[in-house]
Amino acid sequence: MNLAFAEIQETIRMVQMESLDIRTVTMGINLRDCADSDFEKMNTRVFEKITSYAAKLKETAEQVEKEYGIPIINKRISITPIAEILGNATVEQAVELAKTLDRAAKELGVDFIGGYSALVHKGITKGDQTLLDALPEALSTTERVCASISVATTRTGINMDAVRQMGEIIKKASELTKDRNGIACAKLVVFCNPVEDNPFMAGAFHGSGEGEAVINVGVSGPGVVLNALKRHPDADLGQVADVIKKTAFKITRAGELLGRIVAERLEVPFGIMDLSLAPTNAMNDSVAEILEEIGLERVGTHGTIAALALMNDAVKKGGAMASSYVGGLSGAFIPVSEDNGMIRGIMDDALTLSKLEAMTCVCSVGLDMIALTGEVSAATLSAMIADEAAIGMINKKTTAVRVIPVPGKKEGEMVEFGGLLGRAPVMGVNPFSSDRFVSRGGRIPAPLQSLIN
Amino acid sequence: MSQKRAVVSVIGKDQVGIIAKVTTILADNHINVLDISQTILQDFFTMMMLVDVSELEDLEELQTAFDKVSNELGLKINIQLEEIFQSMHRV
Repeated sequence: MNLAFAEIQETIRMVQMESLDIRTVTMGINLRDCADSDFEKMNTRVFEKITSYAAKLKETAEQVEKEYGIPIINKRISITPIAEILGNATVEQAVELAKTLDRAAKELGVDFIGGYSALVHKGITKGDQTLLDALPEALSTTERVCASISVATTRTGINMDAVRQMGEIIKKASELTKDRNGIACAKLVVFCNPVEDNPFMAGAFHGSGEGEAVINVGVSGPGVVLNALKRHPDADLGQVADVIKKTAFKITRAGELLGRIVAERLEVPFGIMDLSLAPTNAMNDSVAEILEEIGLERVGTHGTIAALALMNDAVKKGGAMASSYVGGLSGAFIPVSEDNGMIRGIMDDALTLSKLEAMTCVCSVGLDMIALTGEVSAATLSAMIADEAAIGMINKKTTAVRVIPVPGKKEGEMVEFGGLLGRAPVMGVNPFSSDRFVSRGGRIPAPLQSLIN
Repeated sequence: MSQKRAVVSVIGKDQVGIIAKVTTILADNHINVLDISQTILQDFFTMMMLVDVSELEDLEELQTAFDKVSNELGLKINIQLEEIFQSMHRV
């Protein structure tokens, strides 16, 4: 046998005991050709195009999963930012289109469809504004539609008019779903420097530089990394980085192989591999626990940023060596509600909102799946978004905000979002107002790219 | 046509007749065993078999047959195409 016994055992152990999985196979679909001045025509075309392109997505992914013995957890779809095809559609029609997307997702058996999006980091077009106005209702009347809004980039600065609106939209979406703990907000991401080929929800969309259709793959495996580190309790940090790197390499190779096979069978080009450590509420599938294994008593304490920076970079290095096309967000996600270790950090008062904010400087995304007190004002939400966008803009990285103000809940209470979205302790916000700052509006100019201290 | 190979892995508590049952399924499906290795690790039986599945359209039927034995003997039996191991462990 030219494969060593130990190697086979390692792979099997990773899958069966350490929850190695392909987190998502996401098919990107271009919808630009569906645009039409007649809304009904557009609506029908969108539905037909998505359901015909992705007709075999689920079936094929499940087949590959069986043959190779590595689970593919989610099959998803990302589409052209919907604002780009809205044209003269009305707000009601934009909501109608969201329902059509929801219906398409249900028919195909995919759990999320991403791309109810608008890129407004510089300015807001007519279609963009329609989409923004439709967001609260669209998200609260659909189950599987995910939205993302780009409000800032390093090259354009921060569009504070859009940021102001986003605070209000989040607040309104939360109110509209107050009987379900504000769940609509869990499907809405506000981005700085978004990427066009991200396969992970809720921030996935099919960017304008992409082709007609593409398969992007997201691999995860915090459990595998955690267990690998547990076998080296006394290694120095250089060796820790090396262990993470090697593990990331193996995980990525598995994902790349399966992604390519799915793409080949669907006769769609293979886009990118996104290796992101994305936690789930499963036992030992936590990013926070990796940080704790590196040596922190509790995530959030001093040293958290350094440990996270080490981990994030090592994951990227391993991933970059393993695949010719690494893209998406590749790194580590730190959603709160989906990570048991993060939840414990908050409940033990080790992890605070400001520490989470600081962590976003070195992780791959941002403030993610954080439950906030229902009393938070729209202006505070906007200011929070502005802070995150500034971090992303200056550091030339993707940052995002996906927070959920939970109506009627106060700091310290626990809320259940159910399923993949998990549960989270409600966090308080700074009581001082940011109203005047947010209401100024305008654009924060793009930063200088030199003199970078 | 090049050979299509898969790895059958069996993990569980050691007991009489594991290899016999697994290989019976393979024989019934006309599958040739190319290599086999087995150890006992802390009471746990682990066996890996490399088999030729060139003639097989899909592995599902085989997996279903293995699942029956898995339940009967309380073992984990999986069949996976070989490439996954190649790509994870060999550059």
